[in-house]
Amino acid sequence: MVGGISIRELPRKKYLLPGNPSCPGCPEALGLRYLGMALGDRVILVVPAGCSTVIEGLAPNYSMRFPIVNVPFASADAVASGVAAAKEVLGEDAVVVVWAGDGATADIGFATLSGAAERGDNIIHICVDNEAYMNTGIQRSSLTPYGAWTTTTWTGKKERKKDVPLIMLMHKVPYVATASVGYPMDFIEKLRRAVLIKGFKYIHLHAPCPTGWRFDPSLTVEVAKLAVETGMWILFEAVNGKVKISPPSLPYRDRSRRKPIRDYIKIQGRFRTLTDEELKKLESMVDDVWDTLTKFT
Amino acid sequence: MSEISHILPLSKPKEGISRTGTWRLKKPVIDHSKCVKCMMCWLHCPESTIDVVESSDKFVEVNYDFCKGCGVCANVCPVKAISMVPEG
Repeated sequence: MVGGISIRELPRKKYLLPGNPSCPGCPEALGLRYLGMALGDRVILVVPAGCSTVIEGLAPNYSMRFPIVNVPFASADAVASGVAAAKEVLGEDAVVVVWAGDGATADIGFATLSGAAERGDNIIHICVDNEAYMNTGIQRSSLTPYGAWTTTTWTGKKERKKDVPLIMLMHKVPYVATASVGYPMDFIEKLRRAVLIKGFKYIHLHAPCPTGWRFDPSLTVEVAKLAVETGMWILFEAVNGKVKISPPSLPYRDRSRRKPIRDYIKIQGRFRTLTDEELKKLESMVDDVWDTLTKFT
Repeated sequence: MSEISHILPLSKPKEGISRTGTWRLKKPVIDHSKCVKCMMCWLHCPESTIDVVESSDKFVEVNYDFCKGCGVCANVCPVKAISMVPEG
């Protein structure tokens, strides 16, 4: 038993069906399973272009048990707002979830995301952050971390990762949280809490991608956990603007208890061009993110 | 519903749209005598191919028709009861 939920109480119904065309060890597939376990049949997914569109498979069949609206890249949150409004008028119980990648959240779809947050539409936006455009062949996004290789940053990215959870926090929405596929119970708990709140909810799910990050598919969960243990990814939850660091990340507020970032870097091929100097810069960036976040607690 | 699907491009959910078991290079084999029934493999399987059958002696079973052999289950097992055996 972890937190308030027992693993044995989780629904056994398969919301992501076997035989889907995701890569082996796919974190998005894991995330979709946890979404089903948390919210079940009430979910209506709005999916912009991304890996999730591929995971659905080809017509006339698809491999998920959620009703899905596939939409063009930049319109996801606008469509979701419409679906949520329609369901409210009809008086039907539904949870409208935007399942978008990092590109559809931070780059291309940011205008409608910000718009929906400002209007306070009753939807949940989940950003599945695999830190590059994996679906089209590993191009850099604004959420790619400093120093990471992609097909458009051969010598490692020179800019820092955009802090989207904090940007969403500044929209003063009722619920903002970060989660990781390495901590499923934490993610499920956050989803179940978010669904009780009326208004715009934002959850940022960290999803290590074996294909794009260049590590063995069996390590998906391990890499996700290492990201939290090294402090590279911080799990927190903010209800009505009050930031609370989540239990898995709590010990790592103290810098000395974090594992060395080198542990996280060396099992991923995408950081192979990173020099010692750049590693120091990355470490200072991580400290910077922690400092900024703890100011809100 | 069937009338609408003639007009609109609607897909329907179906298990096994492709036989992903053929992608596998290594096969997870569960040593049931070591299993402590924690269900971590079921929770962390990205493909929904591990089933929990409480009535059976085996408790957890892998659906080899669709298992892609990623090895996440072997990695998260706390008692290392799952080993990855090369195919063929």
